[in-house]
Amino acid sequence: MLTVTPQHFLLLSFLLIGIGFLGLLVRRNVLLMLMSLELMLNGINVALLTFSRVGYNLDGGILVFFIMTVAAAEVAVGLALLVALYKKRKTVLSDDMGLLRN
Amino acid sequence: MSAVDFLFWVFAVLSVGGGLSMVFSKHPVSAAMFMIVSLVAIAALFVLLDAFFLAVLQVLVYAGAVMVLFLFIIMLLDVGPNAAKQKIVHWKVGILGLLSSISLVFVLFLLGGEAGYIWSPDSESPWPDPKLGVSSAEDILPFSTNVSSFGYGLMTKYMLPVQISGFMLLAAMIGVIILSKKSDPRENDS
Repeated sequence: MLTVTPQHFLLLSFLLIGIGFLGLLVRRNVLLMLMSLELMLNGINVALLTFSRVGYNLDGGILVFFIMTVAAAEVAVGLALLVALYKKRKTVLSDDMGLLRN
Repeated sequence: MSAVDFLFWVFAVLSVGGGLSMVFSKHPVSAAMFMIVSLVAIAALFVLLDAFFLAVLQVLVYAGAVMVLFLFIIMLLDVGPNAAKQKIVHWKVGILGLLSSISLVFVLFLLGGEAGYIWSPDSESPWPDPKLGVSSAEDILPFSTNVSSFGYGLMTKYMLPVQISGFMLLAAMIGVIILSKKSDPRENDS
């Protein structure tokens, strides 16, 4: 039986969200930024499942299910946008995508 | 410290370490590999939280489909460390990003850290027995490890979100097809 408290799971999920946020801020490769978004969504999933398990309620689990669906669709559209952008600009770095700046 | 606790620590370290290595790795392919490590460790944490169906879905959907899509695009675009000159970010950007993400974790724990204490204080374990199987109100879906209760919840209480997400998947599919269609050469002038 688990003797770690739900606090441990929550702190882990917050750490995952923070790492994803850090990756989103400091990386310039758009692929890596999308992966960091996935990591943030996974941290949210861990927190939701912890609440679902402790609160004895399946709603959190079903919300995790929908988050997975939305994340898969988001990745598909984001990568298609990135490929379409790469065809025009020949770059995947977000710094080189300032179309209005230069 | 029981064996299950040991498993929790192992997979917690794996998921956080995989995430950090993903953020700080030079090559996009190794970043994707570290991301797969992190996602599988998170799936193992789902097993520890008695969500077996979601753990299987996590491995299938994330590690199986999403990361394969990422690797496919990385290799299609040929963005190695040499192909796209991955200059390091300015140190001000790095320090500001680190500070803001640390403060994000701090604020999240300040706001949500107390929410783990919602179990009743007379029970000695914070984790209720997953085979308890009773619910007080009618419209509350009780926690269950069965797949059938997931299906029941999806088909009754969450019927409209299921249909909306199906429509969203259709829209995403059509959008991806239109985006990746070969553009008309007559208007390809930029």
